[in-house]
Amino acid sequence: MTGKDNVKVHVKSLKKSFGQNHVLKDISIDIHEGEVVCVIGPSGSGKSTFLRCLNRLEQASSGEIVVDGYHIDDKKIDINKVRENIGMVFQHFNLFANMNVLDNLMLAPVDLKKATKEEARNKAMELLKTVGLADKADSFPSQLSGGQKQRVAIARALAMSPDIMLFDEPTSALDPEMVGEVLSVMKQLAKDGMTMVVVTHEMGFAREVAHRVVFMDDGVILEEGTPDEIFSNPKNPRTIDFLNKVL
Amino acid sequence: MIQIIQSYGALLSIAMGQTLLLALCGLFFGCILGVIFGLSSVVDHKVSRAIAKVYVNLIRGVPMIVLAFFVFYGIPYGIKTILGIKFTFTALQAGTLCLALNCGAYMSEIIRAGIQSIDPGQMEAARSLGLSYWRSMFKVVLPQAIKNMIPSIVNQFIITLKDTSILSVIGFPELVNKAQNVIAITFKSFQTWAIVAVMYLVVILALQQVANSLERRLSRDRER
Repeated sequence: MTGKDNVKVHVKSLKKSFGQNHVLKDISIDIHEGEVVCVIGPSGSGKSTFLRCLNRLEQASSGEIVVDGYHIDDKKIDINKVRENIGMVFQHFNLFANMNVLDNLMLAPVDLKKATKEEARNKAMELLKTVGLADKADSFPSQLSGGQKQRVAIARALAMSPDIMLFDEPTSALDPEMVGEVLSVMKQLAKDGMTMVVVTHEMGFAREVAHRVVFMDDGVILEEGTPDEIFSNPKNPRTIDFLNKVL
Repeated sequence: MIQIIQSYGALLSIAMGQTLLLALCGLFFGCILGVIFGLSSVVDHKVSRAIAKVYVNLIRGVPMIVLAFFVFYGIPYGIKTILGIKFTFTALQAGTLCLALNCGAYMSEIIRAGIQSIDPGQMEAARSLGLSYWRSMFKVVLPQAIKNMIPSIVNQFIITLKDTSILSVIGFPELVNKAQNVIAITFKSFQTWAIVAVMYLVVILALQQVANSLERRLSRDRER
Protein backbone atom coordinates (compact mmCIF):
# COMPACT_ATOMS: atom_id res chain seq x y z
CA MET A 1 0.00 0.00 0.00
CA THR A 2 1.11 3.52 -0.65
CA GLY A 3 0.59 5.46 2.50
CA LYS A 4 -2.14 7.71 1.16
CA ASP A 5 -4.95 5.20 1.13
CA ASN A 6 -7.08 6.77 -1.57
CA VAL A 7 -4.34 6.85 -4.21
CA LYS A 8 -5.32 4.20 -6.76
CA VAL A 9 -2.55 4.76 -9.27
CA HIS A 10 0.86 6.05 -8.33
CA VAL A 11 3.38 6.58 -11.11
CA LYS A 12 6.83 7.99 -10.50
CA SER A 13 9.58 8.69 -13.06
CA LEU A 14 8.13 6.21 -15.54
CA LYS A 15 10.35 5.76 -18.59
CA LYS A 16 9.76 3.52 -21.57
CA SER A 17 11.89 3.10 -24.66
CA PHE A 18 11.64 0.83 -27.66
CA GLY A 19 15.30 0.51 -28.61
CA GLN A 20 16.58 4.01 -29.33
CA ASN A 21 13.05 5.39 -29.42
CA HIS A 22 12.26 7.01 -26.08
CA VAL A 23 8.46 7.00 -25.95
CA LEU A 24 7.96 7.96 -22.32
CA LYS A 25 10.43 10.30 -20.66
CA ASP A 26 9.86 10.67 -16.97
CA ILE A 27 6.13 10.52 -16.28
CA SER A 28 4.85 11.04 -12.75
CA ILE A 29 1.22 11.19 -11.70
CA ASP A 30 -1.07 10.15 -8.84
CA ILE A 31 -4.66 9.19 -9.53
CA HIS A 32 -7.14 9.01 -6.68
CA GLU A 33 -10.06 6.71 -6.05
CA GLY A 34 -13.14 7.70 -8.01
CA GLU A 35 -11.21 10.14 -10.14
CA VAL A 36 -11.68 10.39 -13.89
CA VAL A 37 -8.49 11.40 -15.66
CA CYS A 38 -8.50 12.13 -19.37
CA VAL A 39 -5.19 12.00 -21.19
CA ILE A 40 -5.07 14.11 -24.34
CA GLY A 41 -2.34 14.97 -26.78
CA PRO A 42 -1.18 14.53 -30.36
CA SER A 43 -0.63 11.09 -31.95
CA GLY A 44 2.68 9.54 -31.03
CA SER A 45 2.93 11.46 -27.79
CA GLY A 46 3.01 8.25 -25.74
CA LYS A 47 -0.53 8.37 -24.33
CA SER A 48 -1.40 4.78 -25.19
CA THR A 49 2.00 3.48 -24.13
CA PHE A 50 1.54 5.20 -20.76
CA LEU A 51 -1.86 3.52 -20.36
CA ARG A 52 -0.50 0.12 -21.36
CA CYS A 53 2.26 0.40 -18.79
CA LEU A 54 -0.37 0.63 -16.06
CA ASN A 55 -1.38 -3.03 -16.51
CA ARG A 56 1.97 -4.11 -17.89
CA LEU A 57 0.83 -4.81 -21.42
CA GLU A 58 4.03 -2.85 -21.94
CA GLN A 59 6.88 -3.44 -19.55
CA ALA A 60 8.18 -0.09 -18.26
CA SER A 61 11.90 0.49 -18.81
CA SER A 62 12.28 2.16 -15.43
CA GLY A 63 10.29 3.97 -12.79
CA GLU A 64 7.74 3.08 -10.16
CA ILE A 65 4.13 2.09 -10.92
CA VAL A 66 1.80 1.20 -8.08
CA VAL A 67 -1.77 0.31 -8.98
CA ASP A 68 -4.22 -0.67 -6.28
CA GLY A 69 -1.32 -1.24 -3.90
CA TYR A 70 0.55 -3.61 -6.26
CA HIS A 71 3.96 -2.73 -7.61
CA ILE A 72 3.43 -3.33 -11.33
CA ASP A 73 7.12 -2.78 -12.05
CA ASP A 74 8.08 -5.64 -9.70
CA LYS A 75 8.70 -8.68 -11.90
CA LYS A 76 7.92 -11.04 -9.02
CA ILE A 77 4.26 -10.10 -8.57
CA ASP A 78 1.53 -12.24 -10.10
CA ILE A 79 0.51 -9.82 -12.83
CA ASN A 80 -2.53 -11.93 -13.75
CA LYS A 81 -3.93 -11.45 -10.25
CA VAL A 82 -3.39 -7.69 -10.47
CA ARG A 83 -4.99 -7.46 -13.91
CA GLU A 84 -8.21 -9.00 -12.56
CA ASN A 85 -8.72 -5.65 -10.86
CA ILE A 86 -7.82 -3.44 -13.81
CA GLY A 87 -10.32 -3.40 -16.64
CA MET A 88 -9.17 -2.31 -20.07
CA VAL A 89 -11.07 -1.16 -23.14
CA PHE A 90 -9.26 -1.08 -26.46
CA GLN A 91 -9.54 1.12 -29.51
CA HIS A 92 -10.34 -1.87 -31.70
CA PHE A 93 -12.68 -3.56 -29.17
CA ASN A 94 -10.86 -6.92 -29.34
CA LEU A 95 -13.97 -8.92 -28.60
CA PHE A 96 -13.24 -12.65 -28.72
CA ALA A 97 -14.33 -13.55 -32.24
CA ASN A 98 -14.85 -17.23 -31.45
CA MET A 99 -17.51 -16.61 -28.78
CA ASN A 100 -20.89 -14.98 -28.60
CA VAL A 101 -21.46 -11.86 -26.53
CA LEU A 102 -22.51 -13.72 -23.39
CA ASP A 103 -19.45 -15.99 -23.49
CA ASN A 104 -17.23 -12.96 -24.02
CA LEU A 105 -18.50 -11.62 -20.71
CA MET A 106 -18.44 -14.95 -18.88
CA LEU A 107 -15.03 -16.27 -19.95
CA ALA A 108 -12.79 -14.49 -17.45
CA PRO A 109 -15.00 -14.68 -14.32
CA VAL A 110 -15.64 -18.41 -14.85
CA ASP A 111 -12.14 -19.33 -15.99
CA LEU A 112 -10.53 -17.49 -13.08
CA LYS A 113 -13.08 -18.98 -10.68
CA LYS A 114 -14.38 -15.58 -9.65
CA ALA A 115 -17.93 -16.84 -10.07
CA THR A 116 -19.91 -19.95 -10.87
CA LYS A 117 -21.37 -20.22 -14.36
CA GLU A 118 -24.78 -19.28 -13.02
CA GLU A 119 -23.51 -16.20 -11.16
CA ALA A 120 -21.43 -15.12 -14.13
CA ARG A 121 -24.39 -15.49 -16.47
CA ASN A 122 -26.64 -13.42 -14.21
CA LYS A 123 -24.03 -10.72 -13.82
CA ALA A 124 -23.34 -10.71 -17.56
CA MET A 125 -27.01 -10.29 -18.38
CA GLU A 126 -27.27 -7.48 -15.87
CA LEU A 127 -24.27 -5.70 -17.38
CA LEU A 128 -25.62 -6.16 -20.88
CA LYS A 129 -28.84 -4.55 -19.70
CA THR A 130 -26.99 -1.53 -18.34
CA VAL A 131 -25.19 -1.04 -21.66
CA GLY A 132 -28.48 -1.59 -23.48
CA LEU A 133 -27.56 -4.79 -25.28
CA ALA A 134 -29.42 -7.54 -23.43
CA ASP A 135 -31.01 -8.64 -26.70
CA LYS A 136 -27.57 -9.25 -28.25
CA ALA A 137 -26.42 -11.86 -25.71
CA ASP A 138 -26.44 -14.65 -28.30
CA SER A 139 -24.99 -12.62 -31.16
CA PHE A 140 -21.44 -13.01 -32.37
CA PRO A 141 -19.14 -9.96 -32.42
CA SER A 142 -19.15 -9.93 -36.23
CA GLN A 143 -22.90 -9.28 -36.16
CA LEU A 144 -22.59 -6.10 -34.07
CA SER A 145 -21.95 -2.50 -35.07
CA GLY A 146 -18.83 -0.75 -33.82
CA GLY A 147 -20.66 1.08 -31.08
CA GLN A 148 -22.32 -2.12 -29.92
CA LYS A 149 -18.97 -3.92 -29.92
CA GLN A 150 -17.40 -1.27 -27.75
CA ARG A 151 -20.30 -1.33 -25.29
CA VAL A 152 -19.92 -5.11 -25.05
CA ALA A 153 -16.17 -4.63 -24.51
CA ILE A 154 -16.88 -2.26 -21.62
CA ALA A 155 -19.33 -4.75 -20.13
CA ARG A 156 -16.74 -7.52 -20.54
CA ALA A 157 -14.19 -5.53 -18.56
CA LEU A 158 -16.80 -4.73 -15.90
CA ALA A 159 -17.70 -8.41 -15.54
CA MET A 160 -14.53 -8.85 -13.49
CA SER A 161 -15.70 -6.07 -11.11
CA PRO A 162 -12.49 -4.07 -11.52
CA ASP A 163 -11.54 -1.14 -9.28
CA ILE A 164 -9.98 0.78 -12.13
CA MET A 165 -10.86 1.08 -15.78
CA LEU A 166 -8.39 1.99 -18.51
CA PHE A 167 -9.74 3.26 -21.82
CA ASP A 168 -7.42 3.38 -24.83
CA GLU A 169 -9.06 5.72 -27.37
CA PRO A 170 -12.38 3.89 -27.01
CA THR A 171 -14.19 5.93 -29.66
CA SER A 172 -11.43 6.50 -32.22
CA ALA A 173 -12.41 3.54 -34.42
CA LEU A 174 -16.12 4.35 -34.41
CA ASP A 175 -18.35 5.97 -36.97
CA PRO A 176 -19.33 9.44 -35.71
CA GLU A 177 -22.97 8.52 -35.05
CA MET A 178 -21.88 5.70 -32.73
CA VAL A 179 -19.57 7.73 -30.52
CA GLY A 180 -22.42 9.04 -28.39
CA GLU A 181 -23.74 5.67 -27.25
CA VAL A 182 -20.29 4.62 -26.01
CA LEU A 183 -19.59 7.91 -24.28
CA SER A 184 -22.90 7.80 -22.45
CA VAL A 185 -22.03 4.37 -21.03
CA MET A 186 -18.69 5.79 -19.89
CA LYS A 187 -20.40 8.83 -18.39
CA GLN A 188 -22.66 6.60 -16.34
CA LEU A 189 -19.65 4.64 -15.17
CA ALA A 190 -17.94 7.84 -14.06
CA LYS A 191 -21.07 8.93 -12.25
CA ASP A 192 -21.09 5.61 -10.38
CA GLY A 193 -17.68 6.46 -8.96
CA MET A 194 -15.36 4.29 -11.06
CA THR A 195 -11.71 5.29 -11.15
CA MET A 196 -11.02 5.86 -14.83
CA VAL A 197 -8.03 6.70 -16.97
CA VAL A 198 -9.17 7.64 -20.44
CA VAL A 199 -6.93 8.29 -23.41
CA THR A 200 -9.17 10.18 -25.77
CA HIS A 201 -9.59 12.64 -28.59
CA GLU A 202 -13.13 13.46 -27.44
CA MET A 203 -12.57 16.93 -25.99
CA GLY A 204 -16.27 17.34 -25.24
CA PHE A 205 -16.22 14.21 -23.10
CA ALA A 206 -13.02 15.29 -21.33
CA ARG A 207 -14.49 18.71 -20.57
CA GLU A 208 -17.76 17.34 -19.29
CA VAL A 209 -16.73 14.20 -17.38
CA ALA A 210 -13.07 14.42 -16.40
CA HIS A 211 -12.00 15.62 -12.98
CA ARG A 212 -8.56 16.21 -14.35
CA VAL A 213 -7.17 16.56 -17.85
CA VAL A 214 -3.58 15.66 -18.62
CA PHE A 215 -1.89 16.98 -21.76
CA MET A 216 0.96 14.81 -23.03
CA ASP A 217 3.38 15.53 -25.81
CA ASP A 218 6.61 13.83 -26.85
CA GLY A 219 6.66 11.47 -23.88
CA VAL A 220 6.15 13.98 -21.08
CA ILE A 221 3.21 15.49 -19.23
CA LEU A 222 3.31 19.14 -20.26
CA GLU A 223 0.29 20.39 -18.40
CA GLU A 224 -2.46 19.08 -16.15
CA GLY A 225 -5.42 20.58 -14.39
CA THR A 226 -9.19 20.72 -14.22
CA PRO A 227 -10.96 20.67 -17.59
CA ASP A 228 -11.68 24.34 -17.12
CA GLU A 229 -8.03 25.21 -16.56
CA ILE A 230 -6.85 23.20 -19.55
CA PHE A 231 -9.55 24.07 -22.06
CA SER A 232 -10.38 27.67 -21.13
CA ASN A 233 -7.05 28.82 -19.86
CA PRO A 234 -4.17 26.67 -21.14
CA LYS A 235 -0.71 27.95 -20.22
CA ASN A 236 1.78 25.86 -22.14
CA PRO A 237 2.20 27.09 -25.74
CA ARG A 238 2.09 23.54 -27.08
CA THR A 239 -1.19 22.87 -25.26
CA ILE A 240 -2.59 26.06 -26.76
CA ASP A 241 -1.37 25.05 -30.21
CA PHE A 242 -2.86 21.53 -29.88
CA LEU A 243 -6.21 22.76 -28.60
CA ASN A 244 -6.42 25.32 -31.41
CA LYS A 245 -6.04 22.50 -33.92
CA VAL A 246 -8.61 20.11 -32.44
CA LEU A 247 -11.29 22.40 -31.05
CA MET B 1 -4.87 -55.33 -66.23
CA ILE B 2 -7.60 -57.68 -64.97
CA GLN B 3 -5.03 -60.40 -64.74
CA ILE B 4 -2.77 -58.31 -62.52
CA ILE B 5 -5.63 -57.37 -60.26
CA GLN B 6 -6.64 -61.00 -59.97
CA SER B 7 -3.14 -62.25 -59.26
CA TYR B 8 -1.69 -59.41 -57.27
CA GLY B 9 -4.71 -57.46 -55.98
CA ALA B 10 -4.45 -58.95 -52.53
CA LEU B 11 -0.73 -58.24 -52.35
CA LEU B 12 -1.19 -54.64 -53.46
CA SER B 13 -4.07 -54.15 -50.99
CA ILE B 14 -1.89 -55.36 -48.14
CA ALA B 15 0.82 -52.98 -49.37
CA MET B 16 -1.73 -50.14 -49.31
CA GLY B 17 -2.50 -51.16 -45.72
CA GLN B 18 1.21 -50.83 -44.92
CA THR B 19 1.27 -47.43 -46.62
CA LEU B 20 -1.63 -46.26 -44.46
CA LEU B 21 -0.02 -47.72 -41.32
CA LEU B 22 3.21 -45.85 -42.03
CA ALA B 23 1.35 -42.65 -42.87
CA LEU B 24 -0.66 -42.84 -39.64
CA CYS B 25 2.44 -43.43 -37.53
CA GLY B 26 4.24 -40.57 -39.26
CA LEU B 27 1.27 -38.23 -38.95
CA PHE B 28 0.71 -39.08 -35.28
CA PHE B 29 4.25 -38.26 -34.22
CA GLY B 30 4.49 -35.51 -36.81
CA CYS B 31 1.48 -33.74 -35.30
CA ILE B 32 3.02 -33.97 -31.84
CA LEU B 33 6.28 -32.50 -33.14
CA GLY B 34 4.34 -29.89 -35.08
CA VAL B 35 2.40 -28.72 -32.03
CA ILE B 36 5.51 -28.63 -29.82
CA PHE B 37 7.66 -26.72 -32.30
CA GLY B 38 4.78 -24.62 -33.62
CA LEU B 39 4.03 -23.32 -30.13
CA SER B 40 7.77 -23.00 -29.41
CA SER B 41 8.09 -20.64 -32.33
CA VAL B 42 5.45 -18.18 -31.06
CA VAL B 43 6.18 -18.01 -27.32
CA ASP B 44 8.10 -15.09 -25.87
CA HIS B 45 11.28 -17.09 -25.29
CA LYS B 46 14.28 -16.60 -27.56
CA VAL B 47 15.92 -20.00 -27.03
CA SER B 48 12.80 -22.03 -27.78
CA ARG B 49 12.10 -19.92 -30.87
CA ALA B 50 15.67 -20.47 -32.06
CA ILE B 51 15.48 -24.24 -31.54
CA ALA B 52 12.22 -24.41 -33.50
CA LYS B 53 13.73 -22.37 -36.31
CA VAL B 54 16.81 -24.59 -36.56
CA TYR B 55 14.64 -27.70 -36.67
CA VAL B 56 12.37 -26.36 -39.40
CA ASN B 57 15.23 -25.05 -41.53
CA LEU B 58 17.21 -28.27 -41.15
CA ILE B 59 14.36 -30.50 -42.24
CA ARG B 60 13.18 -28.19 -44.99
CA GLY B 61 16.70 -28.01 -46.37
CA VAL B 62 17.23 -31.77 -46.70
CA PRO B 63 15.33 -33.93 -49.22
CA MET B 64 13.40 -36.68 -47.49
CA ILE B 65 15.10 -39.41 -49.50
CA VAL B 66 18.44 -38.25 -48.08
CA LEU B 67 16.93 -38.16 -44.60
CA ALA B 68 15.63 -41.70 -45.11
CA PHE B 69 19.03 -43.04 -46.20
CA PHE B 70 20.72 -41.16 -43.36
CA VAL B 71 18.38 -42.52 -40.69
CA PHE B 72 18.19 -46.10 -41.99
CA TYR B 73 21.80 -46.64 -43.09
CA GLY B 74 23.81 -43.71 -41.75
CA ILE B 75 22.79 -43.65 -38.09
CA PRO B 76 23.26 -47.40 -37.39
CA TYR B 77 26.65 -47.27 -39.14
CA GLY B 78 27.65 -44.17 -37.18
CA ILE B 79 26.65 -45.73 -33.88
CA LYS B 80 28.55 -48.90 -34.68
CA THR B 81 31.67 -46.98 -35.69
CA ILE B 82 31.70 -44.53 -32.80
CA LEU B 83 30.22 -46.53 -29.94
CA GLY B 84 30.93 -50.05 -31.15
CA ILE B 85 27.31 -51.05 -30.50
CA LYS B 86 25.27 -52.97 -33.04
CA PHE B 87 22.09 -51.01 -33.64
CA THR B 88 19.48 -51.23 -36.37
CA PHE B 89 16.14 -49.66 -37.17
CA THR B 90 13.31 -51.67 -38.66
CA ALA B 91 12.07 -50.08 -41.86
CA LEU B 92 8.86 -49.07 -40.05
CA GLN B 93 10.79 -47.35 -37.26
CA ALA B 94 13.08 -45.51 -39.64
CA GLY B 95 10.16 -44.65 -41.93
CA THR B 96 8.07 -43.32 -39.06
CA LEU B 97 10.97 -41.24 -37.81
CA CYS B 98 11.60 -39.70 -41.24
CA LEU B 99 7.94 -38.97 -41.92
CA ALA B 100 7.38 -37.57 -38.44
CA LEU B 101 10.41 -35.28 -38.62
CA ASN B 102 9.41 -34.11 -42.06
CA CYS B 103 5.70 -33.69 -41.36
CA GLY B 104 6.46 -32.09 -37.97
CA ALA B 105 8.55 -29.35 -39.53
CA TYR B 106 5.87 -28.35 -42.01
CA MET B 107 3.11 -28.69 -39.40
CA SER B 108 4.96 -26.42 -37.02
CA GLU B 109 5.12 -23.78 -39.75
CA ILE B 110 1.38 -24.16 -40.38
CA ILE B 111 0.66 -23.80 -36.66
CA ARG B 112 3.00 -20.83 -36.27
CA ALA B 113 1.47 -19.02 -39.22
CA GLY B 114 -2.04 -19.88 -38.02
CA ILE B 115 -1.42 -18.41 -34.58
CA GLN B 116 0.31 -15.34 -35.96
CA SER B 117 -2.60 -14.68 -38.31
CA ILE B 118 -4.81 -13.93 -35.30
CA ASP B 119 -4.96 -10.26 -34.30
CA PRO B 120 -2.60 -9.75 -31.30
CA GLY B 121 -5.43 -7.70 -29.77
CA GLN B 122 -7.24 -10.98 -29.01
CA MET B 123 -4.37 -12.11 -26.79
CA GLU B 124 -4.04 -8.66 -25.20
CA ALA B 125 -7.72 -8.50 -24.35
CA ALA B 126 -7.63 -11.92 -22.70
CA ARG B 127 -4.45 -11.03 -20.78
CA SER B 128 -5.94 -7.70 -19.66
CA LEU B 129 -8.77 -9.63 -17.96
CA GLY B 130 -6.26 -11.60 -15.91
CA LEU B 131 -6.02 -14.81 -17.94
CA SER B 132 -2.55 -16.36 -18.14
CA TYR B 133 -0.69 -16.62 -21.44
CA TRP B 134 -1.59 -20.29 -21.92
CA ARG B 135 -5.24 -19.92 -20.85
CA SER B 136 -5.55 -17.05 -23.34
CA MET B 137 -3.89 -19.18 -25.98
CA PHE B 138 -6.17 -22.18 -25.46
CA LYS B 139 -9.43 -20.32 -24.85
CA VAL B 140 -9.17 -17.46 -27.33
CA VAL B 141 -6.32 -17.65 -29.85
CA LEU B 142 -6.10 -21.35 -30.76
CA PRO B 143 -9.83 -21.92 -31.38
CA GLN B 144 -9.68 -19.16 -33.99
CA ALA B 145 -6.30 -20.18 -35.37
CA ILE B 146 -7.20 -23.86 -35.79
CA LYS B 147 -10.13 -22.95 -38.00
CA ASN B 148 -7.77 -21.10 -40.32
CA MET B 149 -5.21 -23.90 -40.22
CA ILE B 150 -7.46 -26.78 -41.24
CA PRO B 151 -7.10 -26.52 -45.05
CA SER B 152 -3.30 -26.41 -44.73
CA ILE B 153 -3.27 -29.27 -42.25
CA VAL B 154 -5.36 -31.44 -44.58
CA ASN B 155 -2.98 -30.56 -47.39
CA GLN B 156 -0.04 -31.63 -45.24
CA PHE B 157 -1.78 -34.92 -44.38
CA ILE B 158 -2.11 -35.67 -48.08
CA ILE B 159 1.51 -34.76 -48.77
CA THR B 160 2.68 -36.98 -45.91
CA LEU B 161 0.55 -39.87 -47.19
CA LYS B 162 2.16 -39.54 -50.60
CA ASP B 163 5.62 -39.13 -49.09
CA THR B 164 5.42 -42.68 -47.75
CA SER B 165 6.25 -43.77 -51.30
CA ILE B 166 9.76 -42.35 -50.84
CA LEU B 167 10.33 -44.87 -48.08
CA SER B 168 10.20 -47.68 -50.62
CA VAL B 169 13.92 -46.96 -50.97
CA ILE B 170 14.68 -48.33 -47.51
CA GLY B 171 12.69 -51.48 -48.24
CA PHE B 172 9.51 -50.71 -46.36
CA PRO B 173 6.84 -52.93 -47.95
CA GLU B 174 4.47 -50.13 -48.91
CA LEU B 175 2.63 -49.74 -52.17
CA VAL B 176 5.41 -48.49 -54.47
CA ASN B 177 7.86 -51.02 -53.11
CA LYS B 178 5.47 -53.90 -53.74
CA ALA B 179 4.47 -52.57 -57.14
CA GLN B 180 8.12 -52.78 -58.16
CA ASN B 181 8.11 -56.43 -57.08
CA VAL B 182 5.02 -57.10 -59.17
CA ILE B 183 6.63 -55.50 -62.23
CA ALA B 184 9.81 -57.49 -61.68
CA ILE B 185 7.72 -60.66 -62.03
CA THR B 186 5.18 -59.63 -64.69
CA PHE B 187 7.06 -56.93 -66.68
CA LYS B 188 3.70 -55.10 -66.99
CA SER B 189 4.73 -51.67 -65.80
CA PHE B 190 1.97 -49.67 -67.55
CA GLN B 191 -0.84 -51.66 -65.97
CA THR B 192 0.77 -51.94 -62.56
CA TRP B 193 1.59 -48.24 -62.18
CA ALA B 194 -1.87 -47.31 -63.41
CA ILE B 195 -3.44 -49.52 -60.75
CA VAL B 196 -1.15 -48.04 -58.08
CA ALA B 197 -1.98 -44.50 -59.16
CA VAL B 198 -5.71 -45.19 -58.95
CA MET B 199 -5.30 -46.73 -55.49
CA TYR B 200 -3.54 -43.62 -54.18
CA LEU B 201 -6.09 -41.38 -55.83
CA VAL B 202 -9.06 -43.18 -54.27
CA VAL B 203 -7.61 -43.04 -50.77
CA ILE B 204 -6.70 -39.37 -51.05
CA LEU B 205 -10.09 -38.39 -52.50
CA ALA B 206 -11.75 -40.18 -49.59
CA LEU B 207 -9.52 -38.32 -47.12
CA GLN B 208 -10.40 -35.06 -48.86
CA GLN B 209 -14.12 -35.81 -48.46
CA VAL B 210 -13.75 -36.39 -44.72
CA ALA B 211 -11.77 -33.17 -44.41
CA ASN B 212 -14.35 -31.17 -46.35
CA SER B 213 -17.22 -32.25 -44.13
CA LEU B 214 -15.13 -31.53 -41.03
CA GLU B 215 -14.37 -28.06 -42.33
CA ARG B 216 -18.01 -27.41 -43.11
CA ARG B 217 -19.07 -28.48 -39.64
CA LEU B 218 -16.50 -26.23 -37.98
CA SER B 219 -17.54 -23.17 -39.92
CA ARG B 220 -21.19 -23.87 -39.09
CA ASP B 221 -20.47 -24.19 -35.37
CA ARG B 222 -18.58 -20.99 -35.02
CA GLU B 223 -19.75 -18.43 -37.47
CA ARG B 224 -17.70 -15.31 -37.31
